[in-house]
Amino acid sequence: MVSTAWDIAAETPDPELPMLTVADLGILRAVQEDGDGVVATITPTYSGCPAMHEISHDLRHRLELAGYARVAVRTQLAPAWSSNWITAQGRRKLAAAGIAAPHSLGMRAGPIPLRLTARPDAVLCPRCGSGQTAQTAAFSATACKALYRCVACSEPFEYVKAI
Amino acid sequence: MSHDTPYDGLSENDDHRWAYGTGFTDPLEGIDTSVPSYVDGVALGAYCLMLGDDALIYSHRLQQWMTCLPELEEETAIANIALDLLGQARLLLARAGKADGTGRSEDRLAYFRDEVDFRNVRIVEHRDKDFAELVGRLLVFASWRLALFESLAVSKDPVLSAIAGKGVKELTYHRDYAAQWVVRLGDGTEFSRTRMQDALASFWPLVDELFRTHSVESSLPGVAADPATVRGEVDVVLDTVFATAGLQRPDSAAMAAVAGRTGRDGIHTEALGYVLAELQSVARAHPDATW
Repeated sequence: MVSTAWDIAAETPDPELPMLTVADLGILRAVQEDGDGVVATITPTYSGCPAMHEISHDLRHRLELAGYARVAVRTQLAPAWSSNWITAQGRRKLAAAGIAAPHSLGMRAGPIPLRLTARPDAVLCPRCGSGQTAQTAAFSATACKALYRCVACSEPFEYVKAI
Repeated sequence: MSHDTPYDGLSENDDHRWAYGTGFTDPLEGIDTSVPSYVDGVALGAYCLMLGDDALIYSHRLQQWMTCLPELEEETAIANIALDLLGQARLLLARAGKADGTGRSEDRLAYFRDEVDFRNVRIVEHRDKDFAELVGRLLVFASWRLALFESLAVSKDPVLSAIAGKGVKELTYHRDYAAQWVVRLGDGTEFSRTRMQDALASFWPLVDELFRTHSVESSLPGVAADPATVRGEVDVVLDTVFATAGLQRPDSAAMAAVAGRTGRDGIHTEALGYVLAELQSVARAHPDATW
């Protein structure tokens, strides 16, 4: 039974990256069924993420349509969302949409390093695969993405930041 | 789901406020917000208000830069930084209203308190006079807040710890963005270096206040972060940036406290009133409005 509600909830698209679902992004943390009730737990990517409300609304709507009488959507803050939670399928969908997927983050020990030069993460161009890319802006249309351009094919593209 | 008019779709369930209120459900919904038995809820509420007000007021000042920045890339950067801080403010104000037992919502705290009831540090109140001041102030603010949030990530209050753990990731980007611009301007032309140096001088008297321990902070050991303890760490960051940029750390006297009281006690500069006038006017003009 748990898998049923999960499957319904997992189909909810992300409003900012509609080619991905909330499950692909690792935003959907848990779905618990209890008779005709269900509780879905989501976590924001960034503190100010304006998509959280829409995601919550959409989740509730989908679960209600599926026949659940009592639907609750809860927020979970800890552990904080990490781009490492984007699934392999999510990464493939990003690449197919021309958006570079984040590199995977290791565990950090000691103080957070200060970056004094725009030393971008090594990002491969999602169009031509070249590693000759440069960051044009650390922020993009949404908090979770940065802007890059490919030196080889000259195309601009977005990169989901590793956090 | 069908609506009689498109506007119905914009308002939520039984809450028909829109504009400043629509859809802003409690950002802590579904999170266990009970105050641990070993924590003083009133002090915790006061502390969350301090950190929340810092983010709320500074976010508003950053929002005022929108459409005025030199490049589209800086517009998106500052907009995203302001949004991150607004998100932190919402969580912290919501936490404050629950922890102190008053049950005040984030909207109530943001829109219906007067100047003397705000607890932000004074450095966030001022309108930047140029881009150099924007990036200089952001460097100091983000470096300081990042150090505080790193300490708070292990706070004994689980909600504060979760908010801080999330904020650390955001503030790291804010600090790097500002640091890179300070280096670019400081290490640029003689003209840009002078402008950057002047910008630091303009707000430096307000930096000292960031590291003063307040009685609320000392009353919450293990829960709050004592800002005096992060000064060394923040100094190392700032000195690294200034050395790379070829800038001098300003040597100006701290802006005086008023009978020992500063922004954390509700003593503000005149600049705060202008922020609040803009921030609060719509909500106050239409306190029960349905849009």
